[in-house]
Amino acid sequence: MLRVIVRRLLQLVVTLIALSALIFIWLRNLPGGPVEALLGERATPERRALLTKALGYDQPILVQYGKFMQRVVTGDFGNSIRTGDPVTEVISRAFPATIELALAAMIIAVGLGVPLGYLAARWRGRSLDNLTIAGTLLGISIPIFFLGYLLKDVFTQNIHWFPPSGRLTTGLDNTNVTGFFVLDGLLTREFDASADALWHLILPAITLATIPLAVIVRITRASVLDVLNEDYVRTAEAKGLRHRTIRGRHILRNALLPVVTTIGLQTGALLSGAVLTEKVYNWGGIGTLITDSISGGRDYPVLQAIILLAALVFVVVNLLVDLSYAFIDPRVRVR
Amino acid sequence: MSLLDVRDLSVVFQRRGERPFTAVDKVSFTVEPGQTVGLVGESGCGKSVTSLAIMGLLPKRGNKVTGEVLFEGTDLLKLRPDDMRDRRGREISMIFQDPLSSLNPVIPIGIQVAEVLERHQGRDRKQALRESRELLDAVGIPDPQRRLTEYPHQISGGMRQRALIAIALACKPRLLIADEPTTALDVTIQAQILTLLKQLVDETGTALVMITHDLGVVAGLCDTVNVLYGGKVVERERRHELFAHARHPYTHGLLNSVPRLDSPRGERLHAIRGSVADNIPWVEGCAFAPRCDNVVDACLEGPPPLEPTATGGDLRCNNPVSEEVAVR
Repeated sequence: MLRVIVRRLLQLVVTLIALSALIFIWLRNLPGGPVEALLGERATPERRALLTKALGYDQPILVQYGKFMQRVVTGDFGNSIRTGDPVTEVISRAFPATIELALAAMIIAVGLGVPLGYLAARWRGRSLDNLTIAGTLLGISIPIFFLGYLLKDVFTQNIHWFPPSGRLTTGLDNTNVTGFFVLDGLLTREFDASADALWHLILPAITLATIPLAVIVRITRASVLDVLNEDYVRTAEAKGLRHRTIRGRHILRNALLPVVTTIGLQTGALLSGAVLTEKVYNWGGIGTLITDSISGGRDYPVLQAIILLAALVFVVVNLLVDLSYAFIDPRVRVR
Repeated sequence: MSLLDVRDLSVVFQRRGERPFTAVDKVSFTVEPGQTVGLVGESGCGKSVTSLAIMGLLPKRGNKVTGEVLFEGTDLLKLRPDDMRDRRGREISMIFQDPLSSLNPVIPIGIQVAEVLERHQGRDRKQALRESRELLDAVGIPDPQRRLTEYPHQISGGMRQRALIAIALACKPRLLIADEPTTALDVTIQAQILTLLKQLVDETGTALVMITHDLGVVAGLCDTVNVLYGGKVVERERRHELFAHARHPYTHGLLNSVPRLDSPRGERLHAIRGSVADNIPWVEGCAFAPRCDNVVDACLEGPPPLEPTATGGDLRCNNPVSEEVAVR
């Protein structure tokens, strides 16, 4: 087991190094850039050359990359070109917001998706099943930004159930402990802040949850249908076991294996979905930071760090998924 | 009163947009306490469906079960699903063909045995596991303490079937239905499992319904044999009578097609011609008629009735094999 973890972590390092090189080259080949953004279109060539030199962008790309990597290994990602703040600081401010949003979305997707998928399979061909299938098709097809603006319009403009944007009502102060506002409120006993944060969280979380929810419902349904045909479920029935024992111990435990894999793969969908969702609801997370850093003049240092972070999150989550497999399925353990 | 009295049991599969298919057609047979009864026939003759119908394990939709399954006088088909659930595994148990797929791959063997005791005998986990170890020991699994925490893929095929037998007999049921319990096992293991089953039913007084296509299994185990063809019982005899004087051409053909060590060299193995696909529906005549060597005109005029024979059995045939031919 330990050897597997070590091997996977080494793979992770290689992946990240390769990815960092790709991003580095790719970003610098995009049209536009920080110099244009900082100086504007009408700057003289001399001033441009001066700033390009000051930022070090006149050097060969490999040299730039080497310097970048040199600093990265010491944990220094440089400063944001846009604001001048250290990149690590900028990101650590935004990161918890995105994690909070993504976790809430995943809780909705799994908490709703697994039972729905199970019920659809159990009542295969009935109206609940048909309704679920139609619903998931819609959920997968509908673009996030469209759904986001639709929900926002209906639930904040027409019926005022939820706040339209942000993470907290303006004027309400909370103590920042972890950066997860709902959790912070609970930890510091500022329950009004916690409730307010949760209230702000619901619509964006639902928006972000749609695609993973639809995928999880489908995978769960298909997987439960497979397991229902297994001989060991018939054996469990022949033993006269209670429904809930058969459901929990014999059906779901086996059926959830593919679902766990899906959860890992959906992390990618969540990260990309977060960019759109955060834009729609003005959620101050990584997604907003990405869009701002691109439109605000190609903030190379920030963008590089974010993309690496996203890749790191994706790979680590999938590593955890693989490891959790060993705990769920004893057949994996022996290998 | 018989322990199990199956009367006119029929199972019709009916899927939307398809013609109904009668898998089991008015099958009747009885099992006395402690007796071993065989249900014999080739694939598709309805033997497994019969057993699933008795257990109440057929899918909820897509089939219609009629007739009566009297277990100690109670019609199991009329029980509420929860009452049937209380009896399954406690009064009637079943073991299946493929021991690997019949055990849950992600649950330790010990729990899979113990959960029956927890469900039906009200044991707590600790007590149930202790009894499970004794059960595994009783079915001849070596080092039972270690097996409790092992998973099905870690033990051999023979041991898996032994574990399933331990599960089935955990609550000392009065009836055990074994659906081809040795088919998926090596020949050497088959004999061990059959010996074990015989020993256990003798010790506990459990009645056994043995479902098989293997006449060798029948010969070693069953008191009475029901031969099924096309969903109907075509011949019922006590074991010795059947092997000495099989009268139905189908049974006769089955017995003749068993290879024998003492047959003359170079003699071709006897086979029943055609396959189940050649069957005609029972309403039009005898389902076996297209494959039968003894076919007469009456066979195509309607289903022959099941009639008692001089030897105390039952036979459904217009032109049975004469005894001289049957003795080999």
